[in-house]
Amino acid sequence: MITRVLGWLAALGLLAGLAAGFGYAPPEAVQGNVQRIMYLHVPSILTAYLAFGLVLIGSIAYLATRRPRWDRLASASAELGVLFTAVTIVSGSIWGKPTWGTWWTWDARLTSTAILLLVYVGYLMLRGLVDDREARGRYAAVVGILATVNIPIVHFSVKWWRALHQPSTILGPEPSPIDPAIGLALFVNWLAFTLLFAYFLSRRIEIARLEES
Amino acid sequence: MIAAQDLRKAFGPTLVLDGVSLALPRGRCLAVLGPNGAGKTTLLRLLATLQRPTSGTVTIDGVDAVREPDRVRPLLGVVAHGSYVYEDLTARENLRFWETLRGGDPSAARVAAALAQVELDAVADERVRTFSAGMKRRLGLARVLLAEARLLLLDEPFTGLDRRGQKWVNEFLLAFKAGGGTAVVATHSLGGSLAVADRIAILAQGRLVLDRPATDLSPEALHRLYESLTEGAEAAP
Amino acid sequence: MTYARRAWIVLQKDLLIERRSKEQTNALLFFCLLLLFLFQFALGPDRERLTAALPGLLWLGFILAGLLGLGRSFLAERENDCWEGLRLTPGDKSAIYLGKLAGNCVLMAAVEVVLVVLFGVFYDVDLWTPAAPLALVLALGTLGLASVGTLFAAMTSQARARELLFPVLLLPVQVPVLLATVSATQALLLGQPLADVAHWLKLLAGADCVYVTIGVLTFEFVLEG
Repeated sequence: MITRVLGWLAALGLLAGLAAGFGYAPPEAVQGNVQRIMYLHVPSILTAYLAFGLVLIGSIAYLATRRPRWDRLASASAELGVLFTAVTIVSGSIWGKPTWGTWWTWDARLTSTAILLLVYVGYLMLRGLVDDREARGRYAAVVGILATVNIPIVHFSVKWWRALHQPSTILGPEPSPIDPAIGLALFVNWLAFTLLFAYFLSRRIEIARLEES
Repeated sequence: MIAAQDLRKAFGPTLVLDGVSLALPRGRCLAVLGPNGAGKTTLLRLLATLQRPTSGTVTIDGVDAVREPDRVRPLLGVVAHGSYVYEDLTARENLRFWETLRGGDPSAARVAAALAQVELDAVADERVRTFSAGMKRRLGLARVLLAEARLLLLDEPFTGLDRRGQKWVNEFLLAFKAGGGTAVVATHSLGGSLAVADRIAILAQGRLVLDRPATDLSPEALHRLYESLTEGAEAAP
Repeated sequence: MTYARRAWIVLQKDLLIERRSKEQTNALLFFCLLLLFLFQFALGPDRERLTAALPGLLWLGFILAGLLGLGRSFLAERENDCWEGLRLTPGDKSAIYLGKLAGNCVLMAAVEVVLVVLFGVFYDVDLWTPAAPLALVLALGTLGLASVGTLFAAMTSQARARELLFPVLLLPVQVPVLLATVSATQALLLGQPLADVAHWLKLLAGADCVYVTIGVLTFEFVLEG
């Protein structure tokens, strides 16, 4: 029931997001229409971070309680995190082609996002290769905790290794100089993606529960 | 000493143990009989805190072994298919390793005494790689002796042993009981266990189909009962 | 006190087994030698290109050798179900982790010394002058690699396709260690003072602390059944 409501809310949110991104928000002053891909790019990476945060919570809670529901939360979140990270990388790549003139560059944030993807793909592979359900939960939880705690370490190491990217405008410490209309459109899309994530998550957990019983 | 209440263990959709309850007082020996695949090893592993039951409880010396495995582990002595020995260490080094890791006293005299008790003193400084299966099992028993275990859990201790070796294990169990120890032995060899068991239990397809004092059963009666109770179980997948 | 003794006996046991199974240790060292030839063939005889790539190659060598060495470190525990014996040992399981970690560090250090000497001889680089700061980078990097490697080797030893799963799981997590050690090694080989790589050393030290802490806290769950 809640899942269905979430699904409709997410659909409405995405429609509103499309309208806000393409109709309401003006083209950005410097980059023009290309910038509109940010309405996909930024919400997906924020959603991916939310997902990886939930992997950490689910993993710790599973080790503490050994309740399968926490393991299902961690596993479903990891799958969605990988999905949204992939969307982030692909959309960033599409944005990069006209902006930087190349699909891929070893810039700091691109690289650390790609590493993030690899780490959690490894996590999902581990899940696939351990047969015992209980052991799979424990091992995955340990990897999940390490992977999430590792994110800031990866971030700093890659940043020091190479700093080419424009500074982050959403999460950065400096006040963001973006147009309020663009900001609102980003917010609407972020909300829509979070709803979409919640819908996917509850569906995926439901499926995992049915698979196990 | 040890009590199990309504133990169930499922691997995926298959129920390996289906509601097994048993109790054994201190100083007694229980033989769990049954054909291959009846759930003996799983039952022993649940009692040994090596696996958690899907439901049900195990109580050892009044402590909940499922909730607090680390509190009962100092009492346990487990000798299973793998005898927990490192092939590249000598018998003496193996014992010293396990006793130190347990936090016990690995002094040379104690290790030598344990080796003498299982009659491995002549090969104490040879690598385990050269040992037979029976010798490795005896080394496992020496580890248990050194750890001063109060509850012995043996999985198929008679397999691969000749008559003399089987007799040796029986004598070992008698001596262990005489010292106040309790033992659970899982085996499919009817003959091997009868001499020392105080209680006989038969497991078939995950259920306890018989649990009786051994004095009630003559060897012939046990054979007949075993055949009728486990009929068809061996052929079942 | 008992805790330290327990960790120590695990280390002692592992080194003893390693020493007795000489063939495997020798094969690992031989593998290092082969790597050197491989790098030479891949990059050609151009000395300048080799020197520029040297820090990366050095660490690539450590990591490849480390993957093989670390990946094997729980094989002895699988034989005769010793793994279960460890699980049944009462008391804090992290002592076993620290003993295993120490054993793996010793093994990796041995391999690294051999590789460094071989590099120095074959590629004619002066590794002697920056030896002390280089040793510090090596030590911090090795601890980072071994701390996560020990933890992951323990769990993948119970999984299918473990030879593949272990590197796939370990390598992405180890990117910070790789970046930090390669960058620091590069700077040191160019003759820069230790102070110039202080930020990398701090990152390595911080990462090591995080990894070892997670290993100590979670090893129990890897071992437990």
